[in-house]
Amino acid sequence: MALPPPDPQFVLRGTGAAIHTLHFSCGSQEPAVPVLFSGSENGFIHVWNLKTHRVDTALDGHGRKSVYCVETMGGKDQLLSQGRDQRICLWDLAEGRTAVTDSVCTENVGFCRCSLLKVAQGRWLMAMAAKALEEVQVLELPSKTSVCTLKPEVGAKLGMPMCLKLWQPSCGSQPLLLAGYEDGSVVLWNLSMGKALSQLVCHQEPVMSLDFDSEKAKGISGSSEKVLSIWSLNEQQSLQVYKTHKLVNAGISDITIRPDKKILATAGWDHRIRIFGWKNLKPLAVLDYHTATVHTVSFSDHKIPSERLLAAGSKDHRISIWSIYTQT
Amino acid sequence: VCFIPGGLDCSISFVSHVLGKVCVHGRQKEILSVLVPRLTDLTKSDCIWQRICWRLVECVPDRWMEAVVLGFVQRAPRADVLSRLLGNLVVKNKKAQFVVTQKMLLLQYGHTTAVLQNLLGYLALDSLRRALLIKVLKELLETWGSSSAVKHCPPEQQQYISKAILICLSHLKEPEIESCRQELLTSMMEGVKCHLDSNLPQIRHLGMIVAESISSKINTDGPVLKFQYEEDDEARELKSLLVQTPPFCVVPSPPDDDRNDKADAALPGVLESNKKSHPAAPVKPEEESDAELDSDDDLIPYDMSEDKELKTKAPVYIRDCIEVLTGSEDVDKWEATVKALESLVRKNPAATREVSVELAKIVLHLEEKTCIEGFVELRQRAQVAILTTDPIPVAKYLTSQFYSLNYSLRQRVDILDVLVLAAQELSYPKSHGKTKHSDAQKPCIQLLPASDSSKDWRRIVDERIKSKTRRFATGQSQVERASGPNEFNSVAGHFFFPLIQHFDRPLMTFDLLGEDHFVLGRLVHALAILMYLAVNTVAVTAMGKALLEFVWALRFHTDSYVRQGLLSCISSVLLSVPAERLLEDVTEELLETQSWLGDVVEKDPDGDCKRLALQNLLLMENLKKKLKTIPS
Repeated sequence: MALPPPDPQFVLRGTGAAIHTLHFSCGSQEPAVPVLFSGSENGFIHVWNLKTHRVDTALDGHGRKSVYCVETMGGKDQLLSQGRDQRICLWDLAEGRTAVTDSVCTENVGFCRCSLLKVAQGRWLMAMAAKALEEVQVLELPSKTSVCTLKPEVGAKLGMPMCLKLWQPSCGSQPLLLAGYEDGSVVLWNLSMGKALSQLVCHQEPVMSLDFDSEKAKGISGSSEKVLSIWSLNEQQSLQVYKTHKLVNAGISDITIRPDKKILATAGWDHRIRIFGWKNLKPLAVLDYHTATVHTVSFSDHKIPSERLLAAGSKDHRISIWSIYTQT
Repeated sequence: VCFIPGGLDCSISFVSHVLGKVCVHGRQKEILSVLVPRLTDLTKSDCIWQRICWRLVECVPDRWMEAVVLGFVQRAPRADVLSRLLGNLVVKNKKAQFVVTQKMLLLQYGHTTAVLQNLLGYLALDSLRRALLIKVLKELLETWGSSSAVKHCPPEQQQYISKAILICLSHLKEPEIESCRQELLTSMMEGVKCHLDSNLPQIRHLGMIVAESISSKINTDGPVLKFQYEEDDEARELKSLLVQTPPFCVVPSPPDDDRNDKADAALPGVLESNKKSHPAAPVKPEEESDAELDSDDDLIPYDMSEDKELKTKAPVYIRDCIEVLTGSEDVDKWEATVKALESLVRKNPAATREVSVELAKIVLHLEEKTCIEGFVELRQRAQVAILTTDPIPVAKYLTSQFYSLNYSLRQRVDILDVLVLAAQELSYPKSHGKTKHSDAQKPCIQLLPASDSSKDWRRIVDERIKSKTRRFATGQSQVERASGPNEFNSVAGHFFFPLIQHFDRPLMTFDLLGEDHFVLGRLVHALAILMYLAVNTVAVTAMGKALLEFVWALRFHTDSYVRQGLLSCISSVLLSVPAERLLEDVTEELLETQSWLGDVVEKDPDGDCKRLALQNLLLMENLKKKLKTIPS
């Protein structure tokens, strides 16, 4: 007899607006406090203290325009945020400061979340949607120099890039970029040559979100239709569909694989969070707490496995925190 | 008759005379069935025999030429055989030219496709005759494109001309097309307009297919004309004529594989070819090994039985429905309401009666906000439900709206359909089996059985009326229904008379007697059905009288669809109004109608109208007989 799904461990309230992005920073040692960053539609980034369950700081850097991506750059003192004011801001939060140290003007009016990859100590690559409709630009941070611009070939009709993921096959090798586009295809780009290595049509509708497991060379993408698509990358660097999974209700806003690659979580338009096993995409749980679309899910980076958390941010202004499958 | 071989100089004019005389007396079949095969063999390789044959036909006197040429064209198995037998007769002899280029193509239309192929192929085979081919094509196009021909010619003739045009097109070569490109284009544009204007779907199809073919011939590299229509057998057959098979094949190529690309491209809803990337075909993972299951087994799934499809709740009260449909921004709720509306109306008759006219108004103006499957059907069923729940006020409203300003033709036709369906429902209260869905409107072509026609008329008329109704749900078939009171009785008049009242009063945007003859046709058919359903009601005699006067006023309408409708009206009157009432109260109208029916049977160009008129006359005869047998 299967157990009923668990309730959230706790719920964070108080943003006053729909939450579009979440990012944990819990990896640092004691006595540092585990922290969750959330970006909302009203332009604020809230820094939540996971011990007290209250907001420690509220950052206002995007002119009250919706923040749809937050990432940390090596610890919780350096933050990167992306907003609909067409800016990507870099924050210095050490010692209680709340200052924007730098910003990049993207000139892009879309919703594509940028992707960060650490390539060396103090050096990062960031991929973001560029000014022109179908292009993706890769910058090096913090120098803000352009590494390359990835343009699909003429007539490809991919549409806007919807989601990006930078990754490295193994430490030190050339980084690659996976991009999901409006026409439903996922493209693997080689950054040094600026060329597409492989293109796969995964969905009939735009790809809303994707995530990739570089160890197994397997990725998953979700769209506005009822199908989740799992694809793999073979030795020749070409993408192939591995499996598809049909959902009960259409629409996925976000997918994320847990860092230990055991499970993954999807955020659905039907207000539900679904947990699957990553190996075979076995459905494990359906978490039904929110009363509006879930926009984002994120796994924490706790060093101790039993403390790991899953956070989900929704349009109903709540962030639900779950502790699920922490024993493995 | 035997022929003298050898190098003798012989005169065959005597033989020609005999041949001509035999043919003109109607013995073409007998003599030519012997002659033509013989000559075919003899002329295969022998030039002398060919010349003998040509002399033979050339010497036939003019008064018998037609019969001979007709016979040859019909008997020859292929175009090249005909060419060998007749040679350049059409160029040399005026009468033969007239028969081949004018009479057989424009004045007659009973010949088979094979004969057409032979004839036109024959014209195409020799350079001297090709000029005639082009002339023929131009004349055919002129006929095809003339609006009076489209309106008054029987559909069979129009099909014949279309076939001839397609075959001519298939024979034309590039330089010839170049020279008459402009003319082809102009005639195509005019012709397509007349054809699309017609009410009969068959004529529209013919127009579309021919226009597409012409367009593909004259615009070989640019964009071609493409219409959307149903690919039925007739369409495929016509398109197959465009491809010219080499002259060794007897029959036109079967319409499957030989079609040229253009014909394929003309199929409706052609899918765009896929982009260069391969479509997502799942690759079955090879390593379905059991070793995979180990770590996943550790993760025990939770209970997911609550995970169901997200559904928006539809409102439960009629007044809520009104609110949602008129103002709500919530599209999910709107969709759910539209889907639930019909059943709600039927379950809450009292509540519906309170707001019936308002609800009918809202549903009449309901436009598709989101993409719901079967929206048109849902709306129609809802309207029928409202109308049957509260017939009198809603009928008043709908019939008044039919004649009001600023409605689209579709809305007016919808009103008619709803009235008819509701009338049916009211008069057969127990027939609610919703089985199939069919929404094609089939033209009615009912053949009168040779004998015993009088007994079958009822069945025929029933079927005809059924086929005229645009049905979205068919009732249970042919089970004897338990009889109940005819609820249509009290309201028949409210449905019927307002529709008849204003037909001759043109409005700014709606002129039944002018351009909107499509709606007039539908109106007439609807009236016929309403009349039929009013059998045994109190108002039936008055309705019958009014309907016959209506028919009388419109009897010379040029549109054959309207005339067919008028004839069905007469059938309905004859069937529904009791015979005694007909004789007493409606005598003058009946006599006038009878004389008109006789006229139609003799002179109407449309075959269906003639059959319907004949049926009506039979009906009248039967009525008279019935009345005579009843002792008065």
